Amino acid sequence: MRYRIVLRRRYKTGVFFEGILPVISIIAALLFAGGALLLFGVSPLAAYRAMFRGALGSGYGLSEVIVKAIPLVISGVAVALAFRMKVWNIGAEGQIYLGALASAAAVRFLPSGNQVVMLLAMTAAAIIAGGAWGYIAGFLKSRWNVNEVITTLMLNYVGIHLADHFIYGPWRDPSSLGFPMTPPFPPSARLPLFFGTRVHLGVLAAVLLVLLFRLVIRWTRWGFEIRAIGDNPRAAEYAGINYGRNVALLMFISGAIAGLAGMTEIAGLQGRLQPGFSPGYGYTAIIVAWLARLNPWGIMMVSFFMGVLLVGGDTIQVIMRLPLASVQVIQGCILFSVLGFEFFRNYKVLLLRRERE
Amino acid sequence: MKKFALGLVCLMMVIGVSVAFAFQPVAEKDLKIGFVYVGPVGDGGWTYMHELGRVDMEKAFPGVESFFVESVPEGPDSVRVMETFIRNGARLVFATSFGYMDFVQEVAAKNPEVIFMHCSGYKTADNVGNYFGRMYQARYLSGLVAGKMSKKNVIGFVAANPIPEVIRGINAFTLGARKSNPDVKIKVVWLFSWFDPAREKEATLALIDAGADVIAMHADSGAAPQTAEEAGVYVVGYNNDMSHYAPTMHLTAPIWNWGMVYKHVVGQVTEGTWKSSDIWWGLKEEFVGLAPISDAVPTDIVALVEAEKAKIIDGSWDVFHGPVKNQKGEVVVKSGAKMTDGEMLGMNWFVEGVEGDIPK
Repeated sequence: MRYRIVLRRRYKTGVFFEGILPVISIIAALLFAGGALLLFGVSPLAAYRAMFRGALGSGYGLSEVIVKAIPLVISGVAVALAFRMKVWNIGAEGQIYLGALASAAAVRFLPSGNQVVMLLAMTAAAIIAGGAWGYIAGFLKSRWNVNEVITTLMLNYVGIHLADHFIYGPWRDPSSLGFPMTPPFPPSARLPLFFGTRVHLGVLAAVLLVLLFRLVIRWTRWGFEIRAIGDNPRAAEYAGINYGRNVALLMFISGAIAGLAGMTEIAGLQGRLQPGFSPGYGYTAIIVAWLARLNPWGIMMVSFFMGVLLVGGDTIQVIMRLPLASVQVIQGCILFSVLGFEFFRNYKVLLLRRERE
Repeated sequence: MKKFALGLVCLMMVIGVSVAFAFQPVAEKDLKIGFVYVGPVGDGGWTYMHELGRVDMEKAFPGVESFFVESVPEGPDSVRVMETFIRNGARLVFATSFGYMDFVQEVAAKNPEVIFMHCSGYKTADNVGNYFGRMYQARYLSGLVAGKMSKKNVIGFVAANPIPEVIRGINAFTLGARKSNPDVKIKVVWLFSWFDPAREKEATLALIDAGADVIAMHADSGAAPQTAEEAGVYVVGYNNDMSHYAPTMHLTAPIWNWGMVYKHVVGQVTEGTWKSSDIWWGLKEEFVGLAPISDAVPTDIVALVEAEKAKIIDGSWDVFHGPVKNQKGEVVVKSGAKMTDGEMLGMNWFVEGVEGDIPK
């Protein structure tokens, strides 16, 4: 008796696939990673307990999870917006750097003792600079159909090096003995912090952007055009939706949002511009957007979850004396498993008896 | 009234300061120590040597418990790592890379009862001290060897970040190389990263293509020596004896002995004698030194190295004693003058014989 495996695409998914499958996939990942932890010679249960207690067991841990989630949510929204129209903005990292660079420029050239004025100027600068960086790729795409994956990716390196140029060069703090960093920002250029933690005003920006993302995509004409193009660019074109104008505008806004993440990061946490201030938020944002399936609430949840993995990862290293690699194994298992189970959401696997020839 | 208030403030400041200075001895069994590492402990260089130092310290103080977090970015994430240490009982924190400086200050201000030691920075506080070594002295000695071994008179230098620590090392190396071979030139390639084995390899190959027949390096991994071995080019390692990366081409390496500082500081903390200070030890204290010199190096050079080393150790001479010229040939340190520690710590120019730019 012969059987064959047939994959059938699902077009409708129920509660099981939306709610329960992700949970199953995370449990499977924890079991899988638990095996790896056993190989490291530690009890997986103790490791997981340390991890979740470190991240969620105290007000401090929780606040740090939120601090990590802020830039991920903002840049996650930035790339998800572009992905919704099937425009592959891989350039959030560079846009983050441009945003940070421009807000540092605002502090340097338009200093104000008034916190509201200063922060508004920094925000405007970050949005314009990040947006312009995105717009370059958007314009090239709309005008000559240049592949935006390449342009946005390459502009990351340009953006990072541009920021390095100013940090190592003309904007270097003269009192830093030649070490690469801009002078510290004045208090007026720092975002207010909440409850004595490092959670800064960026958290409101993140929540607001998630709401706005939902609102725009769901309820506005522009959101409809984005969805239409994303689902079927040909059909959208026939319906009279202008692809070129939309792609340029979309890339501007996507870049502007990522730029904002750069601003909140340096005004909220760093207090000056230093090389490597973003440990790859723009790239992690891509993973966040995908895991969230471009859903705004999902972006929040996934960012929070990423924060838990990161913050808890430190605690595992401290308490369990595990190397960073083991933490990365756990993180990798979870991401791999969540994405792997996606397959079962998209496809039905059927075992069919092969018919006689 | 105003005067009284002012007096009160002054008094409170004095009390505050004296309270902050008084660190009670911490019993060995109560002492937990956190190490913040910039790279993985398996980098085979910088972080690996710090890890050996930590283990060395643990052996000397068996009651002490220490832990580390590796590959911590030099950004706001380091604050969380240090806070995690403290929340798990750490009374002493070693932050082992320059970029943690501001974040150490931030955490230290919030945790006045915890002692912090920052490697390679320049900011202190009542509970923050610095530690680093006069690596430039060992670099100078390694330069003497490298200069003599170059036949094409071109040495390539794979350099991590353009900050004074690295610039000082390149300058000292160049002064050494040109003492044993006045015609030699040092070509510099910047990595803009401490730990990036792929880029370290590329930079090494680029320098070999540019005519270098000896490679020197300031980076965290052993990628440059490995590449030099494959290409059949002499190499001067860094951090530790890197001859296992380049068994036939390794000449020598300026090396660190971090365990010394860690044992010293932990001793102070357990005795209650710790005070904020800047530790900057050199060859004399054997905090920095040279890895064994390869048999390929002529004996007269080995003798020269020993002679120069003896001068540095007895204090009669140091690397940046004049005359020292900059890249344009202008005398920066006059004959008979010497650079102060402060000037060396902020060094931001290349000496004569270096080919390359410092990003400005």
